[in-house]
Amino acid sequence: MDGRVTDLAVETSGLVKVFGDTRAVDGLDLTVPAGTVYGVLGPNGAGKTTAVRMLATLLRPDGGQARVFGHDVVREADAVRSRVSLTGQYASVDEDLTGTENLVLLARLLGHRKPAARDRAGLLLEAFGLSEAAERQVKTYSGGMRRRLDIAASILSTPDLLFLDEPTTGLDPRSRSQVWDIVRAVVAHGTTVLLTTQYLDEADRLAGRIAVIDHGRVIAEGTPGELKSSIGSGTVHVRLRDPAQRPEAQRVLTHALGVPAHAEADPLAVTARVSGTGSEYGAAEDASRVLAELTAAGIVVDDFSLGQPSLDEVFLALTDRPAEPATEEAAA
Amino acid sequence: MSTQTTAQTTTQTRVEPEAGQSAAVTYAPVAENIGAVLTRGDRPKRPSPVAASTAFGWRAMLKIKHVPEQLFDVTAFPIMMVLMFTYLFGGALAGSTEEYLQFLLPGILVTSVIMTTMYTGVAVNTDIAKGIFDRFRTLPVWRPAAMVGYLLGDVLRYVLASITMIVVGLIMGFRPAGGVVGVVAGAGLLVAFSFAFSWIWTMFGLLLRSEKSVMGVSMMVLFPLTFLSNVFVDPATMPGWLQVFVDASPVTHLVSAVRGLMAGAPATGEVAWVLVAGAVIMAVFGTLTMRLYNRK
Ligand SMILES: Nc1ncnc2c1ncn2[C@@H]1O[C@H](COP(=O)(O)OP(=O)(O)OP(=O)(O)O)[C@@H](O)[C@H]1O
Ligand SMILES: [Mg+2]
Repeated sequence: MDGRVTDLAVETSGLVKVFGDTRAVDGLDLTVPAGTVYGVLGPNGAGKTTAVRMLATLLRPDGGQARVFGHDVVREADAVRSRVSLTGQYASVDEDLTGTENLVLLARLLGHRKPAARDRAGLLLEAFGLSEAAERQVKTYSGGMRRRLDIAASILSTPDLLFLDEPTTGLDPRSRSQVWDIVRAVVAHGTTVLLTTQYLDEADRLAGRIAVIDHGRVIAEGTPGELKSSIGSGTVHVRLRDPAQRPEAQRVLTHALGVPAHAEADPLAVTARVSGTGSEYGAAEDASRVLAELTAAGIVVDDFSLGQPSLDEVFLALTDRPAEPATEEAAA
Repeated sequence: MSTQTTAQTTTQTRVEPEAGQSAAVTYAPVAENIGAVLTRGDRPKRPSPVAASTAFGWRAMLKIKHVPEQLFDVTAFPIMMVLMFTYLFGGALAGSTEEYLQFLLPGILVTSVIMTTMYTGVAVNTDIAKGIFDRFRTLPVWRPAAMVGYLLGDVLRYVLASITMIVVGLIMGFRPAGGVVGVVAGAGLLVAFSFAFSWIWTMFGLLLRSEKSVMGVSMMVLFPLTFLSNVFVDPATMPGWLQVFVDASPVTHLVSAVRGLMAGAPATGEVAWVLVAGAVIMAVFGTLTMRLYNRK
């Protein structure tokens, strides 16, 4: 291909990476427009990390093509490196060094002179709320602080494309939402973000488009809206007091929502997808109608919740089999 | 699980988050501040190989600063070696400890410093396990810089070890005829050779899977290499087959060269042998190291 100007941040076709018998990435086709957050969603072992590492020039593909801003990741690795940054799944900051030292080191490696490097490190630490911990060794940081420092280290170079590999896995809800805010700020500035995640809600909140991957290939792609409408926009979970009332509850749900309600393995639980398309207030309106009808039918409900479809449900809908190994979704 | 030790306040952010939140709330990212950093990100020219290597060398210094205990093996260990071998063998091998020390010190200096080189491999290997390597490998800098950085830090350790041992030796009665110039030249040659020799360990650090295996391989190589040499006794007292091995060992040549320099009677041939051997080791293992580094 020629060196044409491209407004695609990432373009892969038939990308393959094999480890022994495992085809970790198996014919991956991705197209990521510049200036957006692109979500790559998949369960454990889907090949997310492997794909991202190839795009960041850390792993050499075994087949197919990958271009970042028009540059081939193998032949023009240096050109790619000067425009991308990676925050890996596992922290890649030096635990023995302080926050400041970590950032000053990277700034110097990017070509800043020492005073400029110090200045930039200070600004970043401040923007990421790490000023007070700046002179402490990173090994004393909490998980959330470490993650923030890691992301700060990644944007030090003002990358055009930032890879975030599962940036919120293992963080508490507050730290997660801090990371989300950071991602929004970064993309608002014009940096393209490619984010991998196991959580549909995270991809939904942040990403303009999502690719769902499984066994190293894309099984669905689209905007969050498109993906969700293909599988219903949410799920109502009902837990009853009396298992004897379950058939009746199932009937009420099916009637109220117009879709079959599932009896779960738990003898007290019934779930059903809600589309939310027919009602003015979306899924919430459907849910409140369900609750009203259950009460009217004299069914005692102990627990009632409306949640986003989990990655499991997305998988079930896309592949007719559960995501494996089972991923747990945060309680709705 | 909540974030422990979150006594941070948001007061240091320049743009205050939502009014009404107390100063004790945890960090709330402010888009303007993050945007400001990104906007100010004028991209400087990529650093020269020297600048990049120096930056990595600085990292090695910082590690020494934060974990000074790691200098134990370049201070306490060499002191112990000098004391132990001087008093253990001195009387038996050379009649008096003082006399033996003149012979032993350059050799034990070489042994200790060469032994310390193995920590290079361990350091490389631990870093790989921690993921910081990924960060370095995505930087658009001169590729060998990260490795050279480790070695620059190690050179400091070799210099420290040399100084410690020479000082201890002088206190115990080491009187080199080569004077200051001879001693500095001898130590300089040793440090230069060790720098080249360390590339063997950067290679093993990248190649082997765990810190333990790096240690194991290093010991397997270093023990025979340093003990089967002319460090402790004159090879003329050894059986013939052993002499062949001892005479071919780079450590023997290095010890002869360092002894000569410190005694004020430089053996030019030995010095040249050491320099050539160093260059060859560096060319071979440097290349192998970089190949592994790029492929990892
Ligand atoms: N270095 C390696 N050697 C052998 N197999 C590997 C290696 N790296 C990854 N794999 C395998 O490749 C597959 C994809 O792994 P990858 O780490 O890319 O998945 P992932 O989507 O990032 O998963 P997770 O959500 O757990 O991080 C897995 O089956 C994994 O065991
Ligand atoms: Mg992963």
